[in-house]
Amino acid sequence: MASWPILSVTTFLPLAGVLFILMLRNDEAGVRNARWVALWTTVVTFAVSLNLLWRFDPSSPEFQFVEKVEWLGGYGAYKMGVDGISLPFVILTTALMPLCIAASWQSIQTRVKEYMIAFLALEVLMVGTFSALDLVLFYLFFEGGLIPMFLIIGVWGGPRRVYASFKFFLYTLLGSVLMLLAIMAMFWQSGTTDIVTLLRHAFPREMQPWLWLAFFASFAVKMPMWPVHTWLPDAHVEAPTAGSVILAAILLKMGGYGFLRFSLPMFPIASADFAPLIFALSVIAIVYTSLVAIVQDDMKKLIAYSSVAHMGFVTMGIFAATAQGVAGGIFQMISHGIVSAALFLCVGVVYDRMHSREIAAYGGLVSRMPVYAAVFLLFTLANVGLPGTSGFVGEFLTLLGTFRVNIVVATLATIGVILSAGYALWLYRKVVFGKLEKPSLAGIRDMGWREGVVFAPLVILTLLFGFYPKPVLDLSAASVTALLENYQRALGAAKTAAMLQ
Amino acid sequence: MYQAIVLLPLLGAILAGAISLWGARARFPGAEPSDDHHAHDHAANGHAHHAEAHAGAAHDDHHAPAEPAAEGSRAAEIITTSLLAIAMVLSWIAFWRVGFGGEEQRIVLFNWMISGDFKVDWALRVDSLTAVMLVVVTTVSGLVHLYSIGYMAEDPYRPRFFAYLSLFTFAMLALVTADNLAQLFFGWEGVGLASYLLIGFWYHKPEANAAAIKAFIVNRVGDFGFALGIFAVFMMTGSIDFDTIFAQAPSLTGKTINFFGWHADALTLICLLLFMGAMGKSAQFLLHTWLPDAMEGPTPVSALIHAATMVTAGVFMVARLSPLFELSPNAAAFVTLVGATTAFFAATVGLVQNDIKRIVAYSTCSQLGYMFVAMGVGAYSVGMFHLFTHAFFKALLFLGSGSVIMAMHHEQDIRNMGGLKDKIPFTYWTMVIGTLALTGFPLTAGYFSKDAIIEAAFVGKNPFAAYAFVLTVAAAGLTAFYSWRLIYKTFHGTPHDKHHYDAARESPAVILIPLGVLALGSIAAGYPFKEFFAGHHVAEFFRESVKQSAAVIEAIHHSPKIVVWTPTVMMALGWGVATYFYLYRPDIPASMMRQHDALYRFLLNKWYFDEIYDVIFVKPALWLGRLLWKGGDGRVIDGFGPDGVSARVLDVTRNVVRLQTGYLYHYAFAMLIGAAALITWFMFAGGGAR
Repeated sequence: MASWPILSVTTFLPLAGVLFILMLRNDEAGVRNARWVALWTTVVTFAVSLNLLWRFDPSSPEFQFVEKVEWLGGYGAYKMGVDGISLPFVILTTALMPLCIAASWQSIQTRVKEYMIAFLALEVLMVGTFSALDLVLFYLFFEGGLIPMFLIIGVWGGPRRVYASFKFFLYTLLGSVLMLLAIMAMFWQSGTTDIVTLLRHAFPREMQPWLWLAFFASFAVKMPMWPVHTWLPDAHVEAPTAGSVILAAILLKMGGYGFLRFSLPMFPIASADFAPLIFALSVIAIVYTSLVAIVQDDMKKLIAYSSVAHMGFVTMGIFAATAQGVAGGIFQMISHGIVSAALFLCVGVVYDRMHSREIAAYGGLVSRMPVYAAVFLLFTLANVGLPGTSGFVGEFLTLLGTFRVNIVVATLATIGVILSAGYALWLYRKVVFGKLEKPSLAGIRDMGWREGVVFAPLVILTLLFGFYPKPVLDLSAASVTALLENYQRALGAAKTAAMLQ
Repeated sequence: MYQAIVLLPLLGAILAGAISLWGARARFPGAEPSDDHHAHDHAANGHAHHAEAHAGAAHDDHHAPAEPAAEGSRAAEIITTSLLAIAMVLSWIAFWRVGFGGEEQRIVLFNWMISGDFKVDWALRVDSLTAVMLVVVTTVSGLVHLYSIGYMAEDPYRPRFFAYLSLFTFAMLALVTADNLAQLFFGWEGVGLASYLLIGFWYHKPEANAAAIKAFIVNRVGDFGFALGIFAVFMMTGSIDFDTIFAQAPSLTGKTINFFGWHADALTLICLLLFMGAMGKSAQFLLHTWLPDAMEGPTPVSALIHAATMVTAGVFMVARLSPLFELSPNAAAFVTLVGATTAFFAATVGLVQNDIKRIVAYSTCSQLGYMFVAMGVGAYSVGMFHLFTHAFFKALLFLGSGSVIMAMHHEQDIRNMGGLKDKIPFTYWTMVIGTLALTGFPLTAGYFSKDAIIEAAFVGKNPFAAYAFVLTVAAAGLTAFYSWRLIYKTFHGTPHDKHHYDAARESPAVILIPLGVLALGSIAAGYPFKEFFAGHHVAEFFRESVKQSAAVIEAIHHSPKIVVWTPTVMMALGWGVATYFYLYRPDIPASMMRQHDALYRFLLNKWYFDEIYDVIFVKPALWLGRLLWKGGDGRVIDGFGPDGVSARVLDVTRNVVRLQTGYLYHYAFAMLIGAAALITWFMFAGGGAR
């Protein structure tokens, strides 16, 4: 056990950066300092979070680094902790944050201080979401995360930012109200909001479907699952590059994390009953959004649609409830966090230069931007799920795990493997290959050193996890096993009870 | 040693790739976007002439290099080629040790994926089957590397080219040394990637890009089946490494899998799904359409990837999985059917093509069909024999074609050639040797392996064996016809393009040496190995690496004399007709072409497969994509969802709140109201229920 509240420090450290930035003056030096403060804060936070990784015992399925402070007069508590399912997401968040700040270095020139504050606040809320062990606390972090994201899209976004953030707002509002309702019902029924206790609590059979549906509404919007995905392409298109990165890499994962933390373990019977629904929606998402992705003419939209398809593999794998399905789902989320972040950054690189996201505005970049072409190629291939990249492992494991449970679903989902090659390679061909004919592109410059520094860790991790995914798989293995054992036990008990009646 | 064989090409690829990036980077330095603004005008001017020159160069690939060769080109060539040469030497040593010395090995490198009861390692499996492939891959690859130094000499991007070639070789070696299905899949997709990159090597050509994508996607269609096959294997056996699967395979007989309501025999389903992958990679009937288009890539690539090695991966896969296919007669019958159909179909298309490389490509397709026929009737070692000999003569034919193309200044249409035999005699004679081997002229390499396949089809026991026999015999005649047609139209008769003809000259030694070596192989790869692949020593050479009943080989040896002579007679017939048509009476094929216009067009357009696929797959997919986007997402989901709701909300709030500032308050307010309402509800209703 840590001698100092390492998890809380990780979570709230960015607030120190916020305070610093608030104290800065609003002149040019202040703006420059705001960038540096934000960068250093996120780097230090990342360093602290590595401490978590270092001290974490992957062989134990229990929550670790648990901290608890009474709060709200005993009805709720400030309780934090991580297990093998949440820790990877915490690390993913802290690792991507410095890259986002670095990627915004030049491209954000207005209201820089506020921008940095929004990102730091976002980091607090995201890390908090993944490490909260109390329902109320979770809800606060989970919903609170929307506010900075709203602002990031709404203030620093593109021309249609108002529409995009409004859409984002409507969808999430629907989900969060229902989730709040469910949280109250759970408190009413069990008398606690402590997640650890709730994980062992058996909710009555009749209640489970309703609770499950309420949580589903919130998480499905976040994932996003078909048919509540239409906010995502718009949000991505309008968001600034770093906003897209965080949205795709972290915020979407909250949905998947929610399914793993709440739906599957707390409402196992409902999860099993509703699995066909999830399967159907996942398969539709994979095929439907892949087809839609093929005909996009906006780079960010294409990647956004491909994200929805990739998240389809995650939901499918999670609700297959096999070791490979769940582990694959977690891995797919981490991998997608790296790969989609990198893809949005790739779009950002050319957007910063040409101020266009139109696929048709590019072509032939390889003859001016060789390093960019190589980097973009790697991530395109990872997006396609080529073995040797991290994208393969997640897809492969989820499909492998699902095939055992439902052959039809796994087979239909595998069609996505063909379609993803279609849209990803088409995008690459239109943007990077071909003759460089547009005069505006003739003077375009390759990636600079700062961009190189941002991409380097992503390149390394994509390849490393492709050939050696063990670090991630091992981190979550014990927790996944425990999760599935409890799940099967609950299902078994329910079956026995049904038979007795 | 085996690690070195596999990893040396990877090392070469990484080094050459680094050189290539470094060189390109030196030419086009990077900049942060903000630095770009002030430098923009200057840079645009500076590059203007450059862009023009580049555009001009794009019309013809390496006619006149507009750009200077990338820095370090020579270094990249030397590094990759010498590393490959080392791998080649080691492979022949391995071939000797494993094939004749019986030193089979399984080397575990490290864990790949572990999840629950699923475990897969990176491991090298080296047995006789692998050893044969190692030799084929490294030898042809080594020669192609050497040849490319000459062939690509004028290309400004040589480091990149050699990086891709070596990357391909690494992936192919990973494929043939795979110890489990996932690693096989890794190599499988890896060679697909390299093929994609190499077909699209001249990325400024739209056709090359289109062909590259087509190759990748059609292969993915096959991989779709391959992946499902892997999943099915795991479901049935709980493992995907070969030893475990093969050990469990007999216990799977009689089990079924419910596949979309079809209670399929487990082994048959698994084999058919896996075979779908083989059909894609080996360009078999229905999934063959990418191979002719792949000829857009540089010619050395066609020789290495699309003739000698990658396309044979499907054949290798079936041989590797022979313990499964042996237990599934229905799947084996299907393999025979597809192989025979492809052998015949591709030969018919080859009859009328005019692009020198496409003729050879269809010939490859057809020969791969032969190999599958052998696999299907259970004569795995015979199929491997043809794979082995075919690698030599088909690589030779491609590299020879490349030499012709170079001599003709990048002309590929045989109608514009003619009379070249005196201009480029070395190329001519080596191509004649390759053609003799391909058509199965007695005592050449192809004679032994191809005739053995036809005999195997004759004695084969499965329902399509007779069909396969008839079609492969017919295809043998067609093969001789189109092969000699190519030779005659290219090298004999009168030159059709005087300008290019006069300028034609023999290629340099780096090109001729590989041709010579392969010509030697085309003659000598048959007889000395006959007994080990298709004779009395099969069992001691291959041992457990392929599961083959001794009866098949025995039956081949006792096939009637007339069967043994049939293919040779067909070959002579095809040759004779071609000689008559193209040397003595060129008017006959011309008039036949006019009389049978419909048939001619049907063949020339490759049975219209591209057009059909476009209509039934490509167009509908795009149409559906647009429909789902504009209709599904736009009109239905958004229309009834957020847009509809927001329209109503806007009606209400339009005059009340300015939207840009209103969201957060809305949101917070709604949350609050919702929370309050719920708490109230719970207090009363929920509380009451308790």
